[in-house]
Amino acid sequence: MAEVLVYVDHVDGAVRKPTLELLTLARRIGEPVAVALGNGAADTAAALAEHGAVKVLTADAPEFADYLVVPKVDALQAAFDAVSPAAVLLPSSAEAKEIGARLALRIGSGIITDAVDLEAGDQGPVATQSAFAASYTTKSRVSKGTPVITVKPNSVAVEAAPAAGAVEALDVSFSEKATGTKVLSRTPRESTGRPELTEAAIVVAGGRGVNGAENFAVIEALADSLGAAVGASRAAVDAGWYPHTSQVGQTGKSVSPQLYIASGISGAIQHRAGMQTSKTIVAINKDAEAPIFELVDYGVVGDLFAVVPQLTDEVKSRKG
Amino acid sequence: MSLRIVVCVKYVPDATGDRHFADDLTLDRDDVDGLLSELDEYAVEQALQIADEADDAEITVLTVGPEDAKDALRKALSMGADKAVHVEDDDLHGTDVIGTSLVLAKAIEKTGYDLVICGMASTDGVMGVLPALLSERLGVPQVTLLSEVSVEDGTVKGRRDGDSASEQLEASLPAVVSVTDQSGEARYPSFKGIMAAKKKPVESLDLEDLEIEADEVGLEGSWTAVDSATERPARTAGTIVKDEGEGGRQLAEFLAGQKFI
Ligand SMILES: Cc1cc2nc3c(=O)[nH]c(=O)nc-3n(C[C@H](O)[C@H](O)[C@H](O)COP(=O)(O)OP(=O)(O)OC[C@H]3O[C@@H](n4cnc5c(N)ncnc54)[C@H](O)[C@@H]3O)c2cc1C
Ligand SMILES: Cc1cc2nc3c(=O)[nH]c(=O)nc-3n(C[C@H](O)[C@H](O)[C@H](O)COP(=O)(O)OP(=O)(O)OC[C@H]3O[C@@H](n4cnc5c(N)ncnc54)[C@H](O)[C@@H]3O)c2cc1C
Repeated sequence: MAEVLVYVDHVDGAVRKPTLELLTLARRIGEPVAVALGNGAADTAAALAEHGAVKVLTADAPEFADYLVVPKVDALQAAFDAVSPAAVLLPSSAEAKEIGARLALRIGSGIITDAVDLEAGDQGPVATQSAFAASYTTKSRVSKGTPVITVKPNSVAVEAAPAAGAVEALDVSFSEKATGTKVLSRTPRESTGRPELTEAAIVVAGGRGVNGAENFAVIEALADSLGAAVGASRAAVDAGWYPHTSQVGQTGKSVSPQLYIASGISGAIQHRAGMQTSKTIVAINKDAEAPIFELVDYGVVGDLFAVVPQLTDEVKSRKG
Repeated sequence: MSLRIVVCVKYVPDATGDRHFADDLTLDRDDVDGLLSELDEYAVEQALQIADEADDAEITVLTVGPEDAKDALRKALSMGADKAVHVEDDDLHGTDVIGTSLVLAKAIEKTGYDLVICGMASTDGVMGVLPALLSERLGVPQVTLLSEVSVEDGTVKGRRDGDSASEQLEASLPAVVSVTDQSGEARYPSFKGIMAAKKKPVESLDLEDLEIEADEVGLEGSWTAVDSATERPARTAGTIVKDEGEGGRQLAEFLAGQKFI
């Protein structure tokens, strides 16, 4: 069976969920061979094996941390040369997209980004993408070279499928350009203890209607009662009420959770671009004409400061 | 020595309009107004600020796109860029990102550059990979997705706010930079800027000028193929209630019914 290279997104050996989703999708088109780079790379093997990786190629070197993107492209290319896979899959993170694009160019292939589904086809893997703020669904393929495809988080339910997961060291020689962009310093983002926004099953988001940084406590309380991640509109982020890393939309994160609850968000096209594919959409807005109501499965026209705390209390008491 | 800045700007369909695919599954440009991608305004703004700090700098705005894409160039010129290059050729219709990066890279090399500045992503294709591809093709460092950028003594520095960390980056020129919408509000063109833009030079190039064969680009030369595009069915109208004191509890009831609680 054809091998499929899967680029592993991990933090010091802890594999992130989108990679497990990639392994699930990779098994539809072949046998997943995972490539894990950087600090803790070898520690990823157990989780990867549990989800179907027949092999785990690992490499660590200071270059991966000290320079931007190119050292990882060199390593992925080394893995590509060693394996000659039928396709290369990467998560749709900003960095992995850049790695995938540069690899595609080097190996003479095309690239598809932000696929939301993947299946085997007569002429190679067929990717589903959503276009124009999710108003269209397209099916596309890489028609030249070995398909390089990046896949959005939450595209498929993770399925376990134990496999060998044999760890092999990957031999990497860095190109001259690998050290072109120095990382002078790196400040890790503080964890909020809440689920990752892009991976969460439920997202509770607040917008300009929340009207102040302190008031986000109302949104956070609902999120915590549901075990949800917190998101924000750009208006709320630009006002400095919530960190930019929580922005949902075209220039923020795109999320497609099981449940999205928007409070005090009007539903501008750029916001919709990032949440329209959520399975169930709920909105609380005091303006009955707000465009967000065109999207909802359930909407409450009302003041969020009355509705949200009442909902939170009700969730808590039902969960008892 | 003058600092030569090339800003890549894309002409895109207005996101607030009704965007569609044409019969050949490329973007239907007839139904909707085009404009300078709003995210590229941030790139023009940073170019203007970097040029202000430099002793001597020249900003060229570059686009690959149809005839009307000149509008995007005019907007960038009216913001304060010095000159424009428009790559236009019928054979470019339907070019994918690998092909677009080839055309842009050749045009950038022909123009001459010390610094290339792009937006973080276009507002139509939204791939966010073109700057990395330019870096690969030009063989110069990528310093991408910056929320802060500065250039001094032949070095570009910037801050990249990623998912798990915020990084301070540095590279020597020449380099390819992309900036996010966190890099600082873009200025509005002044009346004077708009009048001045009318006199600024716009150079037109075609594939022959760039020594690119027709079959390397366009739908034919594309490395990817779109097999189908279907309009997403409108969501079925949901339940909307007015809060009369019970809105939160009614919503809880709905969520419980959907097994979320
Ligand atoms: C290139 C570009 C990229 C962009 N990218 C993004 C993006 O990634 N994400 C994003 O979100 N936006 C983005 N935007 C901005 C977008 O166009 C909107 O400006 C933004 O989404 C508006 O945020 P909002 O809904 O919170 O604010 P508003 O549109 O001001 O809406 C606030 C809503 O809150 C309601 N409200 C007020 N008080 C209450 C209350 N007490 N109770 C209940 N409801 C209340 C109001 O009725 C209103 O509907 C982008 C714009 C551009 C041009
Ligand atoms: C809905 C949709 C989906 C697509 N999906 C794919 C796909 O999966 N694979 C693929 O190969 N192609 C795809 N394309 C085609 C691709 O968008 C174009 O080839 C495009 O010119 C480059 O990609 P981008 O617009 O996404 O650029 P991005 O990588 O998002 O653009 C980043 C920056 O590059 C610069 N830039 C981009 N295009 C130009 C230009 N024409 N002129 C000047 N500067 C520019 C701008 O500074 C921009 O801010 C898609 C197009 C559409 C409309």
